[in-house]
Amino acid sequence: MKKIRCALIGSGNIGTDLIYKIQRSPLLEPVWMVGIDANSEGLAKAREMGLKTTHEGVDGLLPHVLADNIQIAFDATSAYVHKSNSDKLTALGVMMIDLTPAAIGPLCVPPVNLAEHATQGAMNVNMISCAGQATIPMVRAVSRVQGVKYAEIIASVASKSIGPGTRANLDEFTYTTSNAIEVVGGARKGKALVVVNPAEPPMLMRNTIYCLTDDAPDEAGIIESVQQMITEVQKYVPGYRLVNGPVFDGNKIAIFMEVKGLGDYLPTYAGNLDIMTAAATRTAEMFAEGILAGRIKLKEAA
Amino acid sequence: MNNDGFIDLKGRKVLIHDMSLRDGMHAKREQISTAQMIAVASALDDAGVPLMQVAHGGGLGGNSLQHGFAMHSNEEYWDAVMPHIKRAKVSVLLIPGMGTMKELQSAYDHGVRSVSVATHCTEADTTPQHIAYARKLGMDTVGFLMMAHLNTPEGLSQQGKLMESYGAECVYVTDSAGYMLPEDVKRRVRALREVLKPETQIGFHGHHNLGMGIANSIAAIEEGASRIDASVAGLGAGAGNTPLEVFVAVCERMGIDTGCDLFKLMDMAEDIIVPMMDQMVRVDRASLTLGFAGVYSTFLLHAKRLGAKYGLPARDILVELGRKKMIGGQEDMIEDTALTMAKVRGLIKDKAA
Repeated sequence: MKKIRCALIGSGNIGTDLIYKIQRSPLLEPVWMVGIDANSEGLAKAREMGLKTTHEGVDGLLPHVLADNIQIAFDATSAYVHKSNSDKLTALGVMMIDLTPAAIGPLCVPPVNLAEHATQGAMNVNMISCAGQATIPMVRAVSRVQGVKYAEIIASVASKSIGPGTRANLDEFTYTTSNAIEVVGGARKGKALVVVNPAEPPMLMRNTIYCLTDDAPDEAGIIESVQQMITEVQKYVPGYRLVNGPVFDGNKIAIFMEVKGLGDYLPTYAGNLDIMTAAATRTAEMFAEGILAGRIKLKEAA
Repeated sequence: MNNDGFIDLKGRKVLIHDMSLRDGMHAKREQISTAQMIAVASALDDAGVPLMQVAHGGGLGGNSLQHGFAMHSNEEYWDAVMPHIKRAKVSVLLIPGMGTMKELQSAYDHGVRSVSVATHCTEADTTPQHIAYARKLGMDTVGFLMMAHLNTPEGLSQQGKLMESYGAECVYVTDSAGYMLPEDVKRRVRALREVLKPETQIGFHGHHNLGMGIANSIAAIEEGASRIDASVAGLGAGAGNTPLEVFVAVCERMGIDTGCDLFKLMDMAEDIIVPMMDQMVRVDRASLTLGFAGVYSTFLLHAKRLGAKYGLPARDILVELGRKKMIGGQEDMIEDTALTMAKVRGLIKDKAA
């Protein structure tokens, strides 16, 4: 079967884990990996896994885009360089899956709004953050039952699972996730907190979702909606699991989740890495299906 | 040092940083009125305390379901106290992942001139943008390494060096669990002193869970610390912070210069702070457990409340949180842990299964 050829920009934890996810996809093929450090472990891994690599940033990739028929690029660099990467590649007709907190395109959480994006054919979609991917499905599970005036999420991740880019830019992570809780999750106000825990052995990613409903919660309706949503997420992240709750306390609902990863590039504790790369891969697959079926026409190279 | 091991601290200058209106918020479940804030801030200023922290217990961004909603926003508290302070500076706490630069800008706009940028003792590299931003604003900028007992002296000193490289002018050894003994404090302050620039100050923030707040603070000073966090009558999380008026009395006996008026502080403790307490802030069964097991002091009241809700002893929950190596900011895991324990003990049925 024909596959859509992809480039991965950024050779850190996320970019490297993406190689595994994309190689497993029936619709996508990883062809290029772009880094900025010739000695990076991610680039070495990419070469070992059969990808072409450049350490000259996106500019090193541009001359090959048309020749190698690259149609989708994943950007796992940083919010600060994403726009420039995106402008250069979309000008060549490449669709961007943005894994940075830049969020210049529409925000995507697959079980909530991927189908909608796939019919609209945006050239750039944003994956928010690992915390967003892990918690917004739950916010939506409540808000599709009844009005949520406030939702707050707490993501705890293992110290070893987050790279230097995320660490140095925690505010962007917080802002983007808080905004997405509102825009995609459907809460009128959103807040995101993140905690980095260095425990050894490393802890699995944990997420707590609190929602305040406008009226007394429909307990049965919410429990059913939460369970359905978990099943949807488990289709691409099998280790997405409810640990405790939902706990109902007046109009406050607490949901305690855990994400165990597949253990591709980093061990299974890094569920935060998996939920991000798996969601991005699922998003790309949906677009790839559309491209292959001729439903989605990528913009011609400028 | 004299040959009998005595270190003479006579004439040493120490900057006292009051915690009553920030760490003290934890002990009050974030319920301090603006009138109480004004009374405390005015009395501290009048007693010559040079620096006081005013904010939600979690600092910037603390108002949340996770950490409780205070009676007022941080901005309302700052606006209330600023006109009543003649000499002192006001500081704030910023824990990246919770507080952001937008909130730091707001703090500055409302008159706050010092910030403790706080992180778990191994995660200093989550602080560079906040430290740099504080310096850009011209604020007194502190790097605050929490749960410092969970890192080795060498490891902690490397984390402090990172914070210094981002722009921190002072680095703190923060004993969030009230677990450390004087020798633990000394080894960590000494390790920091060895690697930091001479002009970079060192501070110590204690909790009194093992009754060591004063002794630990003095130990820190002996190794070169020049800033000490304390709160009047100990009003703070767990068994409270280093009790400020007691610390000042000890400093006077030792000839350490704090610039504070001891008798005014004693009166303030008795007449203003103690009457504010909802429960006596002291070493009791649960707060002693924090210190003994090395658990984040703020977990105390949450564990007591959830223990009562699910029929579990608070001490059991705290010990389990310590075993699971939960750190500051993971207050959600207290209910999660209590629920799992209650299921295992057959106290509740597992609905989700």
